[in-house]
Amino acid sequence: MIWSKHSISSPSASAEPAPVDKLVLWLLRGGAGIAAALVLLILLFVTVESWPALRHISVERFLTDPSWNPGESKYNLAPMLSGTLYAAGGALLLATPLGIASALFIAYYASPRTAGIYRRLIELLAGIPSVVYGFWGLTTLVPLINQLHPPGASLLAGILVLTLMILPTITLTAHAALLAVPGEYLRGAAALGMSRWGMIHGVALPASKTGIVAGIMLATGRAIGETMAVLMVTGNVVRHADSLFDPVRTLAANIVLEMAYAMNDHRAALFVSGLTLMLLVMVLSGVAGWLGRTRHV
Amino acid sequence: MSETVSVKLIHAHRDRFAQLTICFVAFLVCAAFVWIVSDLVRGGWAHLSWDFLVDSPRDAGRAGGIGPILVSTALILLIALMAALPLGWMTAALLAEYVSASGGFGYAVRYSLQVLAGVPSIVFGLFGNAFFSIYLGMGFSILSGGLTLACMLLPILVSTAESGLRAVPDAYRLSAAALGMSRATTLFRLLLPAAAPALAAGLLLGIGRAMAETAALLFTSGYVDRMPGSLLDSGRSLAIHIFDLSMNVSGGDAPAHASALVLIVALLLINMVAMWFTIGWQRRRIVSE
Repeated sequence: MIWSKHSISSPSASAEPAPVDKLVLWLLRGGAGIAAALVLLILLFVTVESWPALRHISVERFLTDPSWNPGESKYNLAPMLSGTLYAAGGALLLATPLGIASALFIAYYASPRTAGIYRRLIELLAGIPSVVYGFWGLTTLVPLINQLHPPGASLLAGILVLTLMILPTITLTAHAALLAVPGEYLRGAAALGMSRWGMIHGVALPASKTGIVAGIMLATGRAIGETMAVLMVTGNVVRHADSLFDPVRTLAANIVLEMAYAMNDHRAALFVSGLTLMLLVMVLSGVAGWLGRTRHV
Repeated sequence: MSETVSVKLIHAHRDRFAQLTICFVAFLVCAAFVWIVSDLVRGGWAHLSWDFLVDSPRDAGRAGGIGPILVSTALILLIALMAALPLGWMTAALLAEYVSASGGFGYAVRYSLQVLAGVPSIVFGLFGNAFFSIYLGMGFSILSGGLTLACMLLPILVSTAESGLRAVPDAYRLSAAALGMSRATTLFRLLLPAAAPALAAGLLLGIGRAMAETAALLFTSGYVDRMPGSLLDSGRSLAIHIFDLSMNVSGGDAPAHASALVLIVALLLINMVAMWFTIGWQRRRIVSE
């Protein structure tokens, strides 16, 4: 008995952890701390770099200056902002129904085998690089749209390419939300003799609404921040678009196009547009995360 | 009576219509995928050869190959992974094994990684340019491009590794504790090996994400298409090469097609191996339980 008591009070079983455990814990905390601090570091540096512009140029000038002409210190970002919002909004209008329909196809319509293959295809679609989407849009979509209505490189091309790019996000998150609908809801609906569409429209979609909306928020963030694909197909003319066939320039594309030769206030103004993008996307992903959490409550 | 019948008929029609629409959408998405891939294959197949893979680009990339560009891409990837893997897996181990999900520190780390995952790649590019290239004085170099990418990869590495660690059955932890193993030994000898396939899948997904990236590298690793002599040289990644050929070089379509094909094939292979890892792992877990 005494022997066993001794064993119980031996160091490895006592409340005090072994020194190596403590060391590992502190190492892990350090690593995680660095990882967590990265976001602050990014925010800090982008803010510091855009500070000269924010100090010299009042905020409303970014919206009210006569034009975007950094050489003559005219910094109107409004056409780029409208280009970004038009492209992202149009892509959302197209991709949301398509994405939800794809998710419904995987969850309720396809046979398990087809659903598996289709899901994998969507995942592969998500893995195609944005520069390849842009290149494909440039060599295939733009000439097609040009036949319809010159010049081809237009808002429409941007919307179509963006649609393809955010469709996988919407599909995969909507599918996850549909999977989380409790099985008894669906069995209950089936027992009431509801048709399949009645079941989806009346039970499954309302029950998974918040999850689907959170996915749409994430997709919006991606559409707003997307750079290369949009840059390659939208023509990049700084002005408000009057129709789908007009060329536009987005905020992100503007950064890439002018960063290489931008100096001083011009460079700072580009960082301001980067900061704007980052804050927009942070709000969207914050809302998405909040929706995702409330779903479980 | 006849009313219920007609309502039923309407429902049946609606059902049929919904089914047709949804199947049509699925077909449309498949068609788009096939369209993209077949366009790339048709445009790039003829230009693709062994010489194309190993030669240096000549005449701004119109002729020659993509040898140095592949080397630069691999070096950038290597730097990014060497920086992001230890950090990402440490964070994942901490989140999965040491802190509670709702506790202050764990919540803060998780939240900031979630925000990081949403930051647009062009903002990473701006940050990398300001911090690594200028503030730390690395200039336009493979090193600064790789480190910028490492920041981008962190969220995906953490989330895959964390879910892999969480999927290890609790019986492992309890048995290890019953045997008197320290938590560090449990983590290194038991939990990490058990979660290895998930870690590998996350690693491959990270590689895929990194290879696909353009905007974050434009102002960090630069445009230079020569063979890099050191990590402080500027190096052009494959994705940037495609961008440059299609936007800035007239007559660069054929090599751009071929480069895009190389990139897509590499990414498809990586994705498939990653899926194979996750599926094989799940199957083994089901069998072993």
